[in-house]
Amino acid sequence: MRHLDEYRDEASVARVVRRIRETASRRWALMEVCGGQTHSILKFGMDRLLPETVELIHGPGCPVCVTPLELVDRAIAIASRPEVIFCSFGDMLRVPGSSSDLLKVKAKGGDVRIVYSPLDALRLARQHPERRVVFFAVGFETTAPANAMAVHRAAAEGLSNFSVLVAHVLVPPALEALLACEDARIDGLLAPGHVCTVTGYRDYEPVAARHQIPIVVTGFEPLDLLNGILAAVRQLERGEARVENRYTRAVVRDGNPGARAMVDEVFAVSDRSWRGLGSIPLSGLALRPRYAAFDACGVFDVASVTASEPAECRAGLVLQGRLRPTDCPAFGTGCTPEHPLGATMVSTEGACAAYFHYRRSPQPAAASA
Amino acid sequence: MCLAVPGRLVEISDGGELRMGRVDFGGVTRQTCLAYVPEARVGDYLLVHVGFALSRVDEQAAMETLRTLAEIGELERAAAEDDPEGAS
Repeated sequence: MRHLDEYRDEASVARVVRRIRETASRRWALMEVCGGQTHSILKFGMDRLLPETVELIHGPGCPVCVTPLELVDRAIAIASRPEVIFCSFGDMLRVPGSSSDLLKVKAKGGDVRIVYSPLDALRLARQHPERRVVFFAVGFETTAPANAMAVHRAAAEGLSNFSVLVAHVLVPPALEALLACEDARIDGLLAPGHVCTVTGYRDYEPVAARHQIPIVVTGFEPLDLLNGILAAVRQLERGEARVENRYTRAVVRDGNPGARAMVDEVFAVSDRSWRGLGSIPLSGLALRPRYAAFDACGVFDVASVTASEPAECRAGLVLQGRLRPTDCPAFGTGCTPEHPLGATMVSTEGACAAYFHYRRSPQPAAASA
Repeated sequence: MCLAVPGRLVEISDGGELRMGRVDFGGVTRQTCLAYVPEARVGDYLLVHVGFALSRVDEQAAMETLRTLAEIGELERAAAEDDPEGAS
């Protein structure tokens, strides 16, 4: 497949790894923000290829993982209603709520459907005017334009049986929160390439300046990731701290203006609670008042559903890059994809799921220190 | 979830409310919303996420990236010729 295969060439990978090894004069810790990048790194074994001088810390960029437990519980409450067709991306279905999950709701007869696109949910709403179709609008900036368009179309068509349960989060405020921790040990950041196709990277420039940290916009294939890592290491070795774009075939500084305008039309920036990270000011998106009729929380009166996290799940530390999945006592024993304690074990972008699927064993203590 | 996959635009249908097109992902084709890539033409490679094209792959930038990566190889080879032991 063009624009994929070229970036998986084994000989080129080996050469760039050697260049990274030659460039790094000391140990640097880089955080790849996006869970899709975490999965690429584990899938292609890049964590084992890199020299010991480069440590990759996995970031919180898994929207399913950071969706607060109470929103999962609200989704379960809505999906259990007989008049509802509840639509979601697939990896949300196994995420444990307080006492159930969406897959169990489906097994009990609830009409829970996996969709590829929010436009599929919109189509169901047109086809079933007698039912109420709810879409679980989970995601980062990458997904927001699609979900915004679905709401915008529903309003234009007067589809009063369509609503969205919004769990949208934004990357830069979460990075600020992580970097502001006194004991943060992140030397450089690989910014999420697909988020940046939409937003561009202007918003990352003040973050780089404020925290004196290189931020490299990075793609998802092995050579893309190595290219980003090499750029970050070079900046660190030179004492630089700027935003650099190494995903130029997909990302420009201002992002996609049409997509950003639609997001701004439908959503407003709001405070948001993140599973594992807590409440972060202005780190999410909420429907603007003129689209309030499409807010599933209002339609189904579930705003009062609240929940608290189970104590044994340490996903919060994993999402902050403070705990490697294999260092969790429950990893692979008390917590597996079949019987997960937390979302990081079931999401296609969860770090625990990546370590489980690509068979990483617990590391000796020295390696993870 | 932020997975976006490159595919080739093979057909545009302008008739409906939304500009849509058919995108070929190595043999599998899918209807894709083109509202956010008004510049897209048949034959372009698009990055597609949850049924929406988010950007047109910049062919020139792709070539430059691959050239930069290849140059790393060239420098490697030059260094190896100067120091044959380093090549082993």
